[in-house]
Amino acid sequence: MKANIYGFELWRKRNSILIWSASIVLVALLYMGLFPTFADYAAVLQETLKRFPPEYLEAFGMAGVDLSTVVGYYSFVFTFLQILLALQASNYGFDLIAVEEGQMIADFVVSKPVARAQILTSKLLAAFTALTITSAVTWAASFLFIELFREGRPYELRPLALMLGSIPIFQAVFLSLGLAFSLLTRGIRSATPYGLVLGFGGYVLNAFGDLLGDVKLELITPFRHFDPTYIAQHQAYDAPLVLLSVAMMVIALAFSYWRYLRRDIPAAV
Amino acid sequence: MSIIEVEGLTKYYGRTRGIEDVSFRVEEGEIFGFIGPNGAGKTTTIRLLLALIYPTRGSARIFGRDVFRHGPEIRQEIGYLPGEVFYYGRMKVIDLLKYAASFYNRDCTRRMFELAEYMELDLNRRIDELSYGNRKKVGIVQGLMHSPRVVFLDEPTIGLDPLMQRRFFDLIREENARGMTVFFSSHILSEVQRLCHRVAIIREGHIVEIADMETLIRNNYKKVRVVARDIDPSYFDIPGVTHLERINHAVHFFYRGDINAVLRRLSALNVTDVTIEEPTLEEIFMHYYERSGS
Repeated sequence: MKANIYGFELWRKRNSILIWSASIVLVALLYMGLFPTFADYAAVLQETLKRFPPEYLEAFGMAGVDLSTVVGYYSFVFTFLQILLALQASNYGFDLIAVEEGQMIADFVVSKPVARAQILTSKLLAAFTALTITSAVTWAASFLFIELFREGRPYELRPLALMLGSIPIFQAVFLSLGLAFSLLTRGIRSATPYGLVLGFGGYVLNAFGDLLGDVKLELITPFRHFDPTYIAQHQAYDAPLVLLSVAMMVIALAFSYWRYLRRDIPAAV
Repeated sequence: MSIIEVEGLTKYYGRTRGIEDVSFRVEEGEIFGFIGPNGAGKTTTIRLLLALIYPTRGSARIFGRDVFRHGPEIRQEIGYLPGEVFYYGRMKVIDLLKYAASFYNRDCTRRMFELAEYMELDLNRRIDELSYGNRKKVGIVQGLMHSPRVVFLDEPTIGLDPLMQRRFFDLIREENARGMTVFFSSHILSEVQRLCHRVAIIREGHIVEIADMETLIRNNYKKVRVVARDIDPSYFDIPGVTHLERINHAVHFFYRGDINAVLRRLSALNVTDVTIEEPTLEEIFMHYYERSGS
């Protein structure tokens, strides 16, 4: 790791960290602010929800969710926070190497006295630090708004801690996948569209994967591996799926190092 | 031991030719010109030496060490000015230069300010506000501020106004006098002639000639144009003259050899106008092309 690259990369992300964290706070506030209303009308709501087709409820993370409890309701909210976290992480993944190369500024750092592996490691750690800051903000906002809006309703800490505790690995998977995909191609000038496809695609795959029937494609998305409804119901992670996430991350990172260390840095022609 | 040793270096981009079988040596303290038209492989060669890209075949050593295996250590002592300068746009010049300096195991601050002042570079502007020429200056400062032993300059003068070009050349001569080896790539023959001790000519990915500057100029063709009344082209048909032709009232030809032979012929004529000039780079390449074709 090179401290100067790490510091520089982290400093460059300061606005981005601020914007993503603010989005998280806003979404958490918006949804948790509705909790008292939802909880009050829980009985009516459950009746209404029963009339929806189960696939629909599945798609919006409301199957088997008891919206009248703090944990049940939060697990519903957490899905939306996950979408934001996934978008941020995928964005950073695509941005890490490929955007600099696409904008032809990669020469600057690669021509300096530093090994490629050190460049990649420093950038990865800086991105992960940025994601960890957002993760910390997610913890703080979640507990703050739960306390503000639960109106004396009790809740268990364990499922909440399990959900929030899953964030770092969830982010790391999207970060590594974004990086690996970005190194498969060339000429990426902006990470946003690619990040959007990966992050949001992961969500859609989980939400609507059940509609595909027997094809269990949704098993590959981290949204399924860290499904908040599952965590709320079982008070535990779905261990095999979490391991699948870890495996995907390890493979993506190994591929990224392998590829980056052998890669020709593009130049303007 | 030569400071740069390149042996059979070959690079293909997929199936596209970058360079083929390029070999040359650069001695310590030299200003080595690397000249060729656009797309000849100059940038490819430099980027290989900096390990920005990897070769298909061949080897390259700087300070006696393989550039692809020992890149990080070697680059402590290397400066690089890319042909196209792209930097993180939203930064201030000073911040970018400080970041660049942070990679070297010595304090570059004083030299950085000296160079910026010398090149009249405003350190407090944002990079994306800079004109092309000013971005080039940023490149010059960051390529030289750590006083490298070897510097690679890829088309360094493009974008600089004539005054700045001259200042830049003075700077390079000064650094060279202090011992810096200079690898100078360009497609402009005159600037290579002004600066370089030795020159390699690259064309379509191949080195076609390596010569010291004096030999190259001495051996080179002169382009002669004579305007005189009732002149017969055969009057100039002496050894060393080629491409002899008459266009309107003027006789044009290329001449290689002792120029006095031509001057003696001219002095016997009542001429209206005479020009004797260096051939353009293209014409030199034509010459190498014809020679390799025959």
